[in-house]
Amino acid sequence: MSSAATVHSLWMTAADAPKRIPAPHIEYGQLSPVLIVLGAAVLGILVDAFLPRRLRHPAQLMVALVGLAAAFAAVVALAAGGYATDKAHPAAMGAVAVDGPALFLQGTVLLVALVAAFTFGERRLDPAAHGRPVDSFAAQPAAVPGGEAERAAVKAGWTTTEVFPLMLFAVAGMLVFPAANDLLTLFVALEVFSLPLYVLCALARRQRLLSQEAAVKYFLLGAFASAILLFGIALLYGYAGTVTYSGIADVVNGTVRTVDPVLAQTMGNDALLLIGGAMVLMGLLFKVGAVPFHMWTPDVYQGAPTPVTGFMAAATKVAAFGALLRLLYVVLPGMRWDWRPVMWGVAIVTMLFGAVVAVTQTDVKRLLAYSSVAHAGFILTGVVATRPEGISSVMFYLAAYSFVTLGAFAVVTLVRDAGGEATQLSKWAGLGRRSPLVAAVFAVFLLAFAGIPLTSGFAGKFAVFKAAAQGGAVPLVIVGVVSSAIAAFFYIRVIVLMFFNAPEEGGPSVAVPSLLTSTAIGVGVVVTVVLGVAPQYFLNLAGQAGVFVR
Amino acid sequence: MNPVNYLYLSALLFTIGGVGVLIRRNAIVVFMCVELMLNACNLAFVTFSRMHGNLDGQIFAFFTMMVAAAEVVIGLAIIVSVFRARRSASVDDASLLKL
Repeated sequence: MSSAATVHSLWMTAADAPKRIPAPHIEYGQLSPVLIVLGAAVLGILVDAFLPRRLRHPAQLMVALVGLAAAFAAVVALAAGGYATDKAHPAAMGAVAVDGPALFLQGTVLLVALVAAFTFGERRLDPAAHGRPVDSFAAQPAAVPGGEAERAAVKAGWTTTEVFPLMLFAVAGMLVFPAANDLLTLFVALEVFSLPLYVLCALARRQRLLSQEAAVKYFLLGAFASAILLFGIALLYGYAGTVTYSGIADVVNGTVRTVDPVLAQTMGNDALLLIGGAMVLMGLLFKVGAVPFHMWTPDVYQGAPTPVTGFMAAATKVAAFGALLRLLYVVLPGMRWDWRPVMWGVAIVTMLFGAVVAVTQTDVKRLLAYSSVAHAGFILTGVVATRPEGISSVMFYLAAYSFVTLGAFAVVTLVRDAGGEATQLSKWAGLGRRSPLVAAVFAVFLLAFAGIPLTSGFAGKFAVFKAAAQGGAVPLVIVGVVSSAIAAFFYIRVIVLMFFNAPEEGGPSVAVPSLLTSTAIGVGVVVTVVLGVAPQYFLNLAGQAGVFVR
Repeated sequence: MNPVNYLYLSALLFTIGGVGVLIRRNAIVVFMCVELMLNACNLAFVTFSRMHGNLDGQIFAFFTMMVAAAEVVIGLAIIVSVFRARRSASVDDASLLKL
């Protein structure tokens, strides 16, 4: 076999003089957002290793906030330098794309993480234990729940300050994920952001058994999904003989320049392409939380510490939809007649299932989880548009949705009773009479989820449905509007529950947050209203950024 | 030997791992089945690498091993902490989170 001889020649040149291997050319400046976040994460680990305990929390919070803000500034500088438009190109030997969608989604992830870091740092909600302030995370996650070691850790006032470096590592993975320009980078970025999230899910201070259970479920299902994604990558590599997006796209389109006999043989094998593409899509749809790969969503959203849930729900969706868009629009546009019907089906099932099942929920966090499933369906209608408007509308929707989600989960952390957060929906009855401001803010977020005009949810839904209709997916839009109506029912039901039902005796009270959570909720409300009232500027921004580089 | 045979073996291993994830009850065994799936992927990578005569697949296999190692660290930490709290690693016992 001739190809076998070429392989052997790869490691049988030792007798000759060693060849000079050219050093890879890395554009550090253009990768600076990722590098800054990773640097801050490493610094956070050093802080945890060397600083005394009482200084760790403020130091970690400061490192995280400064790192995320600096990375966002770097993204803005790159975009202002024209890397989103005419200077867009694949950087780092073609491994990472620096282009409009990548920079827009990286900016969104960084802003989301910045706001989420505020909720991570909140220490005013729980009453102080033994005179020391406590946050949402376990005193000593390795200790057995309810055991002696845990009591000692609580008494000593320990807190898990490692959450900040873990979050920063996850953010770094999420920055690379939508920018990945070959399948190897895609897979590594997926794991880099998933593994810290599995750990973060297990760290709740209250109801630790639930939290650990959520982490196990998320971990096992997530590892299963990434194994499926990996086998899909292997098959695509077998089909095209390369893992770069542009190389695979060339082979799919049949525009590849040199065809050796082996490539001609594998290129003719459509099973490799179809099964491989389907398996990679499955892995991404799992991260997105689309039906039928949504099983983990309600359990993990309910069990994880609420600040983590908010971060995960918002940022993971942004990153995963970015990667999904790039895969479908850059790698597989040549086979869109194969994947479009499948994605149609997934979008329809996801919208209807999420909306219908959410109606029966009795827990606020589970309700928001099923609502996030329904929203994944709405975003998928924009993805199947296969038009430039599809890309920009999906990016706008993601930016709008992520801030609504963050704000909603931040409000959930405020409503508390003796056992911690009161997430039972029945306990929220009459909240509007007890604390009108918090209930009104939550109502704004629910209206945005429902897509009522003058909120960002309406602008986002309008944009994706318009793109889908222009792309010839009118039936999808009809299903989307119907499921929006179903979804509106349960959002409105919660509003009615809060404002028009009498409060229960001994119901939960609303904790007064520190400036951190107040800022997070305030940012959520401002973004929701601004993107709802004046969406045009941001739609234009997403439109300008909506061109992938190859 | 025809390299395609290794692909059949890899698909078989992947299927065994996938079925194991779906039917086994012990979290550790489920996790071992996931590892079997990752190894099946590695076999496919190196086989395709040999067929195509480039090194991308072999390099991918190294990255897969590294990721699998990281996954073991995270996964065992989570599973062991659950086992210490409940004295059980069965995925059926972990059923507090329900509608």
